[in-house]
Amino acid sequence: MTTRLPRTIPWMTIAFALALFIPIFGTRFYTSVATDVLILGLFATSLNLLLGTTGLVSFGHAAYFAIGAYVCAIAMKTFEVPFLLALPLAGLAAGAAALVFGYFCVRLTKIYFAMLTLAFAQIVWAICFKWNDVTGGEQGFNNVPYPDLAWMEVLPGLSRMRVGELYFYVTLVVVCLCLYVMRRITNSPFGRILTTIRENPERAEFVGIDVRRFELAAFVIAGLFAGLAGALFGIFNRGVFPDFGYWAKSAEVLIMVILGGMGQFFGPLVGAFTLVVLNQQITSYTEYWPLVLGLLLIVLLYAFPAGLLGTIADLVKSLRGRRNA
Amino acid sequence: MLEISGLRKSFDGFVATSDVSLSVARGEIAAVIGPNGAGKSTLFNLITGHIRPDVGTVHLEGRDITGAAPHAICRMGMGRSFQRANIFPKLSVFENVQAALIAHRRAATDLWSASRDIFRAETHQLLASLGLGPQAEVTGGTLSYGNQKQLELGIALAGEPKILLLDEPTAGMSSVETAETIGLLQRIASERELTLLFTEHDMDVVFAIAHKIAVLHQGRIIAVGRPDEVRADPEVRRVYLGEQHA
Ligand SMILES: Nc1ncnc2c1ncn2[C@@H]1O[C@H](COP(=O)(O)OP(=O)(O)OP(=O)(O)O)[C@@H](O)[C@H]1O
Ligand SMILES: [Mg+2]
Repeated sequence: MTTRLPRTIPWMTIAFALALFIPIFGTRFYTSVATDVLILGLFATSLNLLLGTTGLVSFGHAAYFAIGAYVCAIAMKTFEVPFLLALPLAGLAAGAAALVFGYFCVRLTKIYFAMLTLAFAQIVWAICFKWNDVTGGEQGFNNVPYPDLAWMEVLPGLSRMRVGELYFYVTLVVVCLCLYVMRRITNSPFGRILTTIRENPERAEFVGIDVRRFELAAFVIAGLFAGLAGALFGIFNRGVFPDFGYWAKSAEVLIMVILGGMGQFFGPLVGAFTLVVLNQQITSYTEYWPLVLGLLLIVLLYAFPAGLLGTIADLVKSLRGRRNA
Repeated sequence: MLEISGLRKSFDGFVATSDVSLSVARGEIAAVIGPNGAGKSTLFNLITGHIRPDVGTVHLEGRDITGAAPHAICRMGMGRSFQRANIFPKLSVFENVQAALIAHRRAATDLWSASRDIFRAETHQLLASLGLGPQAEVTGGTLSYGNQKQLELGIALAGEPKILLLDEPTAGMSSVETAETIGLLQRIASERELTLLFTEHDMDVVFAIAHKIAVLHQGRIIAVGRPDEVRADPEVRRVYLGEQHA
């Protein structure tokens, strides 16, 4: 028997291990940016399950992010539910909302599907905006408590860390677990069926796939993970606002996915990183951030239509091909 | 096996199919022929649930499937290919056929296993029988048109259908590919007692393998019978065969 070297480098494990050191060597600012990137990366990856895998364009994915954020924050602050319970609750609530809204959305196709997702998201936004007693309305739902993380200080290397830094580790673990699960789903037989729906729904239907039902399943799973991302973000942000569910938020996450590359599982994460860092950099120079972002996007989309990670992947593939030839 | 009675369909007043009745017995190879625009593809779409008939019924093994959803009809044991090769263009040849197996073997609700490892042997075996073995890792959409038609046949066969509807299965194939495909179909039909209903413009193919031929003209069946009967029919000679074999 011959022992074979692993064919691919375990990038995920390496990235995870490196990320562990961010709060140790980085400043508070870096830790906060890294937390932001992780959460938005999870949010974008959940959208890509629809966009890149199933071929469904949602203009209203922020709705599920917002629902997760409000449910988790309200559960923890108003009802003093522990984080370990509030987090899955947020995911389930977002998934349930996705089930109800998605039931109607998957009955439509293409642009009509996209418009209906947007309509539902605006409804969610309006409810968050107006329901003062529960959501805090326009003022938002403030002073969301951090989970109780004191127990983490017994872990080696984590004593004397601030709660914000400990929360980075919580985020890192939750996001990595979610990404792992989503990757399994993407590479599963179920995921393969989703790609056939993206490629050719008519043919998928005539290999015996109930296309609508599978689209709905993908919609619910994507909504659930968006809800988990929202829950993490509300705590990180120390407050939840109606804007979480606004169409601009849906557009932002769509941009992250396309920018990073929807053909790659980690494309959306790269997109989230790029957008967060650009946002930081450009806003420190000019107030015209949206303008600069718009121009930059046009350039990037023309130069790298497969997205940043997609372009890199294509490049690596062609280099390998040349070496093997 | 398949019982069609009184099917009628019009598009904005244009009658594409009118009063079409046809029955296909188990194990029979039946062909529907007719000039362009005769309504052959429309008839197939009516049978497979892609369009709903205005009037008439379709029964599969005694069960009324009129107006049922395509995926439900497929699950009852009907396979089909489309006139224009209809595959999953960005998936590899292997993945195209494997996806059909996943759907057929009810593995589609498995969210956790690695799809890479499932039904490998079956998929490769099916590809080999289609002559697509060497192209397993090629992207489906980059195949030649004839190969794409073969691949679509593979997708349909992966569902182990009891009855297979093929809309011009050899269109765009080279004469070698056509011969191979016809040979394969005949072999599978006899091995599995597969019922076959197909349309074809290549009369050599039709007369070589069909047990029964229905001639469609302007949405109506003008003749149906054994190949020699149809060939001798004066009406058929006038509207269709005559013009081709002149
Ligand atoms: N969805 C539709 N809407 C309107 N008209 C249609 C539609 N589908 C088919 N038709 C018309 O119905 C008629 C029959 O078309 P069909 O495709 O069934 O013919 P066919 O016998 O398959 O022809 P061909 O040999 O060219 O494939 C044509 O005149 C076509 O224009
Ligand atoms: Mg046709």
